[in-house]
Amino acid sequence: MLRRPVRNWASIWKRPVRLINCQKKTGMARQLHARRLEGVDKNIWVEFTQLTADYKAVNVGQGFPDFSPPSFIQEAFCSAITGGASMHQYTRGFGHPALVKILAKFFGRIVGRDIDPMEDFQITVGAYQALFCTFQALIDEGDEVIIVEPFFDCYQPMVKMAGGTPVYIPLKPRKSTGPALSSADWVLSPEELASNLNPRTKAIVINTPNNPLGKVYQRDELQMIADFCIKHDIICISDEVYEWLTYDGAQHIKIASLPGMWERTVTIGSAGKSFSATGWKVGWAMGPGNIIKHLKTIHQNSVYHCATAAQEAVAMGFQREYDTFGTEDSYFKQLPAQLHKKRLRLAECLRSVGLEPVMPQGGYFMITDISSLQVDLNDPSTKDEPYDFRIVKWLIKEKGLATIPVSGFYSPEHRGNVQNYIRFCFVKEDSTLKAAEDIIRQWSVKK
Amino acid sequence: RNSGQHLLCKLTAAASSYKVLFVFTSMASVTHKNAKRIEGLDKNVWITFTSVAADPTIVNLGQGYPDIPPPSYVKEGLVQAVMVDRLNQYTRGFGHPTLVKALSQVYGKVCGRQIDPFKEILVTVGGYGSLFCSIQGLIEEGDEVIIIEPFFDCYVPMVKMAGAKPVFIPLRLKSDRKTDISSADWFLDQDELASKFNSKTKAIIINTPNNPIGKVFTRNELQAIADLCIKHDTLCLSDEVYEWLTYKGHDHVKIATLPGMWDRTITVGSAGKTFSVTGWKLGWSIGPEHLVKHLQTVMQNSLYACPTPLQEAVAQGLLRDYELMGQPDCYFSSLAEELQGKRDRIATILKQAGMNPVIPEGGYFMIADVTALNQHLSHVEDDEPYDYKFIKWMTKEKKLAAIPVTAFCGEESIKHFEKYIRFCFIKQDSTLDAAEAILKNWNKA
Repeated sequence: MLRRPVRNWASIWKRPVRLINCQKKTGMARQLHARRLEGVDKNIWVEFTQLTADYKAVNVGQGFPDFSPPSFIQEAFCSAITGGASMHQYTRGFGHPALVKILAKFFGRIVGRDIDPMEDFQITVGAYQALFCTFQALIDEGDEVIIVEPFFDCYQPMVKMAGGTPVYIPLKPRKSTGPALSSADWVLSPEELASNLNPRTKAIVINTPNNPLGKVYQRDELQMIADFCIKHDIICISDEVYEWLTYDGAQHIKIASLPGMWERTVTIGSAGKSFSATGWKVGWAMGPGNIIKHLKTIHQNSVYHCATAAQEAVAMGFQREYDTFGTEDSYFKQLPAQLHKKRLRLAECLRSVGLEPVMPQGGYFMITDISSLQVDLNDPSTKDEPYDFRIVKWLIKEKGLATIPVSGFYSPEHRGNVQNYIRFCFVKEDSTLKAAEDIIRQWSVKK
Repeated sequence: RNSGQHLLCKLTAAASSYKVLFVFTSMASVTHKNAKRIEGLDKNVWITFTSVAADPTIVNLGQGYPDIPPPSYVKEGLVQAVMVDRLNQYTRGFGHPTLVKALSQVYGKVCGRQIDPFKEILVTVGGYGSLFCSIQGLIEEGDEVIIIEPFFDCYVPMVKMAGAKPVFIPLRLKSDRKTDISSADWFLDQDELASKFNSKTKAIIINTPNNPIGKVFTRNELQAIADLCIKHDTLCLSDEVYEWLTYKGHDHVKIATLPGMWDRTITVGSAGKTFSVTGWKLGWSIGPEHLVKHLQTVMQNSLYACPTPLQEAVAQGLLRDYELMGQPDCYFSSLAEELQGKRDRIATILKQAGMNPVIPEGGYFMIADVTALNQHLSHVEDDEPYDYKFIKWMTKEKKLAAIPVTAFCGEESIKHFEKYIRFCFIKQDSTLDAAEAILKNWNKA
């Protein structure tokens, strides 16, 4: 819809009927939206959360816990709320001092360097906004950003909205005997990575532990990516929101801690995922001051501040975790131990009905190949959609079970090749997992 | 940069076996360079002045936040929300259902129309976030956006970040009196306003009650703006965060309620300003679906959702005050009553010091003309406008902080505003007492 400039009033009164009709419909004749929104208006979460709610489905779809956050974190928030007038007014825009100080201490100990709380952090409204600030701050029209598939869906529209061009490289099951049934079996090819380098390549986005696959990148894999970044002077954006959630002895490694990487890495973290309180929407971007300063400029010109009391509560949570780190009292140790069992239980159930789950080494999710399902998808409203979208919608509507189609985590270009996987979230109460299992078992028995 | 980097890539490949490090160094500065959209947008008046006033011995009437406590039921509502497990998890991205329904009720009543909570409302990170979603969603390169001076400072960098051009028009003081000036004595020149509209004008941003002057635009003034918007097919972005804070004799009018304006207006509101909880950072955009949907697209691609427990608490607060609307207990009106007293008090003590305050009809700021003080600052060598120098001098010598009004205007209007400084009066009595002590003794230094 192109804008029609109103050059002079005479040119308008000559076509009164057309103008009045436009005005009746929208009140405005010109193009309304900014072009940066083109192609980024669809969103998988908006679509599927609505459907899940409409059908009141058992929700093992969207990634949020349905069990309570740890009581110490809820108490911390209450304590902040009743903690004096300043808790309800603006705090420092780039991050509440108590929070950035404890995060600098906490992560400084992990990566083994002095991190400056004021220079090296930007606190954001969830890790989501940290990603947004990063892309907006660093990506220009025509810049290329390498995205590893499958990827958390927002990377692609965010790169586009910043005028950038996403370039995709896939994690693929390596050739081995037997099926690729662990996320460890999905790997990047260094040749494919190298061949996608272009003069305009500005950054690469990695996510470890990975959503939806659950892959936890090993040191040598991160080293391969680090070598690539250093050689070609590329920025690494490392989304590590699930950093505490690793299973079976898999170790989360921060790529920023590899030699030569701190100066070129923006590490993204999430209080929501760390403390099972996704609705708090407190996250951060951590990195060298000369890069973070650009994220600060975006932040101060978009939302400027994040909620004070929530930041104070997260600070208290991290202080506690700093003091108990590595001990049995640490939530960052207790949570993966709890989830470890839920993960095994879900995998067991899926296998028992003949499905092939990919065992995740980390994270909140498990994907499963659904090729063996024979389903009569009698839903004309979804007939043009990828197979996994159709199956997921059918499962919600007909079986009352909500999951997420994995092709939603692939680029539009590659979506067609991966229509056989759906994603389950196992970070749920045992009763939810049981309800999901009952639906799955009952349905396969009927077949 | 394109061909340069390509050449450097080739050199790198050739030289890699010789480990030529100087190539890496020069490339590093190129790669870590920021995106063009933020060029020149890194400075910010608040960053400068919040650090200046951080000293606790300074009486801070600068940055606009209350040091009076928020109403207790609002804080209690948040505690209650946090104790409900599911309210600690993600809610609906475009706005927590309880909140958008409460907003639909309150504003439906105020506007006299049905407002669809799901299609015509977006909850954002403060009024600031609403402005951002509106500008990113609707403004782009090649657009012009009319901004009335003095303006809340973020409008300009946001318009520039969207690639558009800000076009300024100042409010001008028109009065026969030299003293007892009110914000009602500041007007837009109608011919000047009309001359700013052209075919590229995508939107005009208005702020009523206005920060920093406190002007409450009258129905006639808004009608004149509306007529131009309709004539030129322009959008209106109406920042109404101080909507409840109007003083006796002045009513807040919503431009969106004027004929022909609903379809082309986004109205911004703020929980922070409504409930004296600026640190909660929740606000909202209200408008027609065909505009709000674009703001929702920005939201889903920038932060996705706002914090759940905060939204629940704001919803409960709104529902409580909705029931009390029109009664003296309603916080929306009781806060305005409380502030009227503070406004009058601050005006008196500023006059005592020899300043000439502009009495605001709304909002919680007051600007004052410091010309009569004859404070010589030419010895200060900075290339800054008079008000910046005055503020720095006043903070240091008098231990009183305020904000320079030229932070709220474009380059060309500096000479009209540089004798004015802005005071925030939503402060507790002890803060105003301390300010009074300083201002009473102004000439006795």
